[in-house]
Amino acid sequence: MTHAVVVEDLVVRYGDLVAVDHVSFTAAAGEVTAVLGPNGAGKTSTIEVCEGYRCPTSGSARVLGFDPQRQQTEMSKRIGVMLQEGGVSPSAKVADVVRLYCDLYGKGVDPAELIEQVGLGERVRSNFRRLSGGEKQRLSLAMAMAARPEVAFLDEPTSGVDITGRQTIRTIVRDLAATGCAVVLATHELDEADKLADHVVIFDRGRVVADGSLDELRRGHDEIRFRSAPDLDVGALAATLHVPVRAVGRGEYVVDGGAAHVAAVTAWLNDAGHPLEDLRAGKQRLEDVFLRLTGHEGST
Amino acid sequence: MSPLRAQLRHEVSTTLRNGEQLLLTLIIPVLLLVFFSLVDVLPTDTPEPIDFLAPGILALAVMSSAMVSLGIGTGFERTYKVLKRLGTTPLGRGRLIAAKIIAVVVVELVQFAVLIPIAYILGWSPTDPNWIAALAAVIVGTVAFAGIGLTLAGRLRGEINLAALNGLYLVLLLLGGMVIPFTKLPGAVSAVAKALPSGALADVLRETLTSGGVRPSTSWAILVAWAAITPIAATRLFRWE
Repeated sequence: MTHAVVVEDLVVRYGDLVAVDHVSFTAAAGEVTAVLGPNGAGKTSTIEVCEGYRCPTSGSARVLGFDPQRQQTEMSKRIGVMLQEGGVSPSAKVADVVRLYCDLYGKGVDPAELIEQVGLGERVRSNFRRLSGGEKQRLSLAMAMAARPEVAFLDEPTSGVDITGRQTIRTIVRDLAATGCAVVLATHELDEADKLADHVVIFDRGRVVADGSLDELRRGHDEIRFRSAPDLDVGALAATLHVPVRAVGRGEYVVDGGAAHVAAVTAWLNDAGHPLEDLRAGKQRLEDVFLRLTGHEGST
Repeated sequence: MSPLRAQLRHEVSTTLRNGEQLLLTLIIPVLLLVFFSLVDVLPTDTPEPIDFLAPGILALAVMSSAMVSLGIGTGFERTYKVLKRLGTTPLGRGRLIAAKIIAVVVVELVQFAVLIPIAYILGWSPTDPNWIAALAAVIVGTVAFAGIGLTLAGRLRGEINLAALNGLYLVLLLLGGMVIPFTKLPGAVSAVAKALPSGALADVLRETLTSGGVRPSTSWAILVAWAAITPIAATRLFRWE
């Protein structure tokens, strides 16, 4: 596997604040790597170091073998960047912006085709300020794609985007990875990472608290979810099953255990005269993995 | 197309299609030139107002594009993270600034192509003009004003920068020897006005276009000093985000 991005022992400080605290991870070509964490976890600072925009306090980042700070000019020809927000003047027209970025990268990308690809064909003469949140994000994505990037850094690409727009962006991101591009996707939206990522790096308070594929992060953390009466005696059920059981909402419960416990749960509820609805057995959701590792609720 | 050319084309077309920029860089100088040439209300100390006004309005044009237009545009681009985004492309920061400065020069050429013929039509007849020296003064003035514009753009928030540059434009217009002679200003104000880059550029242009000389003068020294100091200030104080 080719590692397009290698971050080693990276530290970024702003005065007394340690925004990134000895972070290490890699991102492979042809994969979507989700850098996941709550706001202020250090995701954007880490990505800005990789883009060559910010200098690290210590440690290093390598992108396609380049030092982002010392070889930014060479590196920038081969990477695409999508900022968390902004990057375009409100009065700039879609067609002019895409044309400019296609010319800046000089990779022969046709601006008209790119505009159609991101679904902005009908907004080509519109000013940036007239675009919806989703359209702005798609324009920003087009600016990154104008580079025909080998590495794409996408910072919160679906933030503020409606369901249809999210679907379009997900398709584009998957297609980008399918061309061999290493997509580094910073997001605090767990659902987005769950749907797109091959590899997840979870940040919390400037540190990496988990790093692996979704399957790896969920391995050993099977669970059973079900709905029943709101006043269930979870202590009694846990004693019967010999595994932890917890209520996660009104009438919603989680058993920390695999499918082997399904029969026991069903029997116990039946004996106790409680209803059983929506029983699902399988791997933990990414949201639960995140919660377990960080103690924070993530956005979904 | 090279990144520099692509950005330069974008800068020039954006400026020339922007109504506010056109008002500032072209319409106001033309209106001032025409109005005060035809309506003799300014105490210009010359037989024909146009002989005083033409060099002053050319200086005003330089200030409008190099300081105000460049400064306001760059300030808002900084606020909207346009500079940050462009900084991650093959253009890079150095060529971005180069494209902006060259775009200012292109806009100045358009300004002169409009203003100088209008001045001639209005009766301007410079005696023994030294256009080469005038061009040198315009280049030095452009550097000085661009340094001021970029210094403010690189430190202030977009709206504050807009207000500051518009206010500075008005002050320099009134005190800069462009439409009102230094001799008509109160003594202390006149001394300060002569030390301003606007006053120095207007004075140098008037000297080179009417007396044909490039003789060393205090105004040349002041203008060169501003051109040496303000880019250094911009380099040291500019913040990209």
